[in-house]
Order: sequence, then C-alpha cells, then structure tokens
Amino acid sequence: MRTRIRSLQMVHRAKLGHPGGDFSSADILTALYGAILHVDPSNPCDPERDRFIMSKGHCSSSLYAALAGAGFLSDADLDTYMAPLSKLNGHPDRNKVAGVEANTGPLGHGLPIGVGCALAAKMSGASWRTYVLVGDGELQEGSNWEAGMCASQYKLDNLVLIIDRNRIQQGDFTENTINMEPMAERWRSFGWDVREVDGNNMHAVVECLRAAPFTPNVPSCILAHTIKGKGVSFMENRPSWHHHVPTDDELQKAIAELERGQR
Amino acid sequence: MALADERIVAVVNDSVGSAKLKGFQSKFPQRFINVGIAEQNMVGVSAGLANGGKIPYVCGAACFLTARAMEQIKIDLGYSNHNVRLVGISSGMAYGELGPTHQSIEDVGWMRIIPNMTIIVPADAIETEAVMEYSGIHKGPMFLRMSRIPVPDLFEAGMKFELGKAIRLREGSDITLMANGVMVCRALQAAEELQKAGISARVLNMSSVKPIDREAIIDAARNTGGIVTAEEHSIYGGLGGAVAEIVTQTHPAKMRILGVPGVFAPTGSAEFLLEHFGLTAEGIRSAAVELLKSR
Repeated sequence: MRTRIRSLQMVHRAKLGHPGGDFSSADILTALYGAILHVDPSNPCDPERDRFIMSKGHCSSSLYAALAGAGFLSDADLDTYMAPLSKLNGHPDRNKVAGVEANTGPLGHGLPIGVGCALAAKMSGASWRTYVLVGDGELQEGSNWEAGMCASQYKLDNLVLIIDRNRIQQGDFTENTINMEPMAERWRSFGWDVREVDGNNMHAVVECLRAAPFTPNVPSCILAHTIKGKGVSFMENRPSWHHHVPTDDELQKAIAELERGQR
Repeated sequence: MALADERIVAVVNDSVGSAKLKGFQSKFPQRFINVGIAEQNMVGVSAGLANGGKIPYVCGAACFLTARAMEQIKIDLGYSNHNVRLVGISSGMAYGELGPTHQSIEDVGWMRIIPNMTIIVPADAIETEAVMEYSGIHKGPMFLRMSRIPVPDLFEAGMKFELGKAIRLREGSDITLMANGVMVCRALQAAEELQKAGISARVLNMSSVKPIDREAIIDAARNTGGIVTAEEHSIYGGLGGAVAEIVTQTHPAKMRILGVPGVFAPTGSAEFLLEHFGLTAEGIRSAAVELLKSR
C-alpha cells in the first residue's frame, strides 16, 4: 500500500509518470525488497549484493518508493521526483541513485544486462543472484529474446526474469497490438523454466521467488499475472492510466481506496 | 594482460575467428562469452559483466558492433559510464568487396557524439599493442577502432600510449597533415613527396580522436599554412569534423577533409577502394598542394 500511495503522490507532484504500471508492479517490488533481495543501503556497492534490474524503467516512481522503503532513499528525496536537477530522474540512473543497477528506460535493455550480471557471478563463483523485472509490452523488443537464448545457453540458474503481465501497453491492450500469447510457452521454448503466479498477491510472489532456481542449470521465469492500476477501482485495467497524471481529486480518492483496502 | 588481471573477459558475436580470439578462448574458456549473432545482447551483456566487476572487451566487426547496438552503446555504456572496451575490428572498408553492408565508415562519427565515450584509432600494430595496454587501466567506456588493411610498423616497439596526445611524426611548417589508422603511413609518404617539391609538411598521428589534442590542432592552424585530414571514414563527422570544430572556433584555417565522400562504396577490394576515393599518399599530396594554391 505504501509503495502505491507514495508513487502516486510522486507522479501527481511531478505532473508526469506511469502510475498504471507502478501499481501492477507494486507487490512484486515489495516482495523483492521486503523478503528476497540481499541488498544493504549502507553498503550499496557491495560486490556480493544481489542485483535487481527494473527493466521497465518508466515505472521509476514505484522503484524509488520501494527503494525508500528499503532505506536507500528518504521521503524528502521522493519529493524531488523529476524536479530540475534532481537525482530522481523519470528513468532510473545508477550513477545518481544508490540501489539502482541499470539505466533503464528504452525497454529491452534490462534482460541482456541481467544476463551479463549473472555471467559475472558464475565466472567469479559468487552466490549473489540477479533479478530482472520486465513489462509484457516491453517483450515486443527483440533484444529480450536474444538475451533469453543466451541465458539458457549459459545455464544461468542464478538469474530470475519476472514478467509483469498486465496486458496493457501505452496505446492499447497488448493483445490488440501484438499478440504475446502463449507467453509461458514462448519462454519454455527458449529454454527457461516458467512458473505462473498472481502477481498482485505479494505472498504468492514471495513464495515463487524463494523457489527459484526452479531447475538446476536452467534460468527461471516468473510469469506474474497482474492488473494495471491494481488497487484503485477507477485505475484498474484502463490503458489511459499508462501515463495519466491523477488530478487532486483522483489522488485523494485513490489514497482513500488504498487505505480502505488495507483494513 | 588477461593473465595479470582476472577481471578481463571477452565477449563476441560469433566472431571468434575474425577477432583472433581462439587463443584467449582456449586459455580462458570461463572468461569467454559468445552470444552468437546478437549485437544488442552482446553490448547489454558487457554492461552487466561490468556491473559484476569484470572488464569486458567486446570484439566484433565494427560495422555490426556499432550500428546494430547503438542504443545499448549510448545508454548501457555511455550514459551508464560502464568500463567496457568496444573493439571494432575490420573497420573502414576492410571488408572490401563484401560491400557497404560490411563497411564501417560512420563509426567514429557516431561514437564521437556519445558522452563519456573515448575513441582511439591506432596507426600500426605497435600502437595497437600500446593502446590495448592503456585500455587495461582506463576508466569508462572506450571504442577502439581496428583496421585490417596491412600497414608497416611506424613506431618503436614498447611505445607508451598517451590519451589525448597527437604524435608529431614529422616536423614541418608549410602545411599539416593529420591522419589516423591506415592513413598515417600514407600521410608520411605524402610528406616525403611534398618535400621534393619544397613543401615542408608536418605530420600528426591523431590516434586519440576523443579526447583530441586541441593544442596540437590550434598550433597547426596557427603556425602552418593549413590542415589536410585523412581517414578511412566518411568525410562527415570523423577526424576531419573533429578538427574542423576546433579550428573554426579558435583559429580558422583552410582545411581539406579527405575520406569517403558521403556515398556508399562501389564494389572493389579495400586497397582498390582507397585508391578509388583518393585515400592514398598521392591523394593527400595533391590535396595539400591544391590547398596551398587556393590561399
């Protein structure tokens, strides 16, 4: 709930952002930072840290909110989202924000980078793990599939791909744009072990993440079925909320719904 | 180098043979990654390897390495400022008859515009070795542009590479010839011919394209009669452009920029194409004479 409220406040204040995708990913991010990732804000460059790459970098507000929850950013920092010269750019910058591993944004960049991280860990005989969160529309970019082939070729069982399958991209529903089904089968055919989960059920996500690697010598893919805008009735499943900025009224109503939903 | 620093790893795109990395591959198989014919993934992977503490050398034909993976180079290397060395082999028109799809005459131009990218174009095997040694300690992304057209050794074995410094290979005051890569030996030959006509030509090896030696350029503009640049690259955006940007804004001087004149090359071997485009000692000599006559 905090991640959703914080990220929506940030988008509202900045008058720019991607709240729909923030909300579909919120539970995944909370699961990662709350229960899975071995990261330490007091030692952000620890070579043995886990790597989390937010490949769907446009949902930076939810990433920053999650990083704040994990102690990498302060509440005051979050208020500078997209402000002039702020370190909190609309897309994350690893050279400005501790805890950010990759300068994502263009889409399709995170998984190749994640493959590189996982390879580095294998080379060093290290036990840290790499997690990459992609959007489903993002998977229309071919570079993801290049990386997918490479990950299975190199048996990267220290790599986990999480797909935020909210079925909506910028302009429309994904299946009206480019059909992405059968999504699970596609990744299996590329040599990944795939498990499907309710991506908005944080506990189910944690359990699934804990089970990785699902198979030795095989990269793991979590196909997380989510709802874009999840948690607020007037945001759910609406393409316009891909990058709609909430009005004052909408912000208040959303916060009220989220707080009610928590009780 | 790889023996001394275990962080060094190699990444290729099915280019093991052409990158002459079979030795590395057999000696350090764990540190060798072949992503197959997938340049975007190749560069993205190198950024991830750098994140994981490695020093990746990404080796592939310059044409595919740069063009196909441009966004990864811009964002995952430049913007992210990762410690990756892009080794663009067979650059320029080295692939000759294989045609423009395999030629890389834009790469320096593209790379120049990317912030944080260091660009070096060595002139011979000795300078190449010196550049590689330097690359082991340089911080930040690099584009090392290698040709394949044979050239004689111009330097003393064991030379040390100095980033941002042009090397004055020949003194002269009537005109300055600036070149890099395979054009350097041709510039030196041109200077010999010019000397016979009583023209004293200064010759500078401009292997460090970014950062470039501003002082040497301004000195040439100020103290010689003009500047001729020559490169195995388009006339747009490469060494000539870099020099002109400085000259026009500091001490305007007449220039001639020799390169591939904004066209896709016709069929022909690499040597034939250099002749065809006047990228020869004779071409440089005559451009110099023409520049001096036009003043």
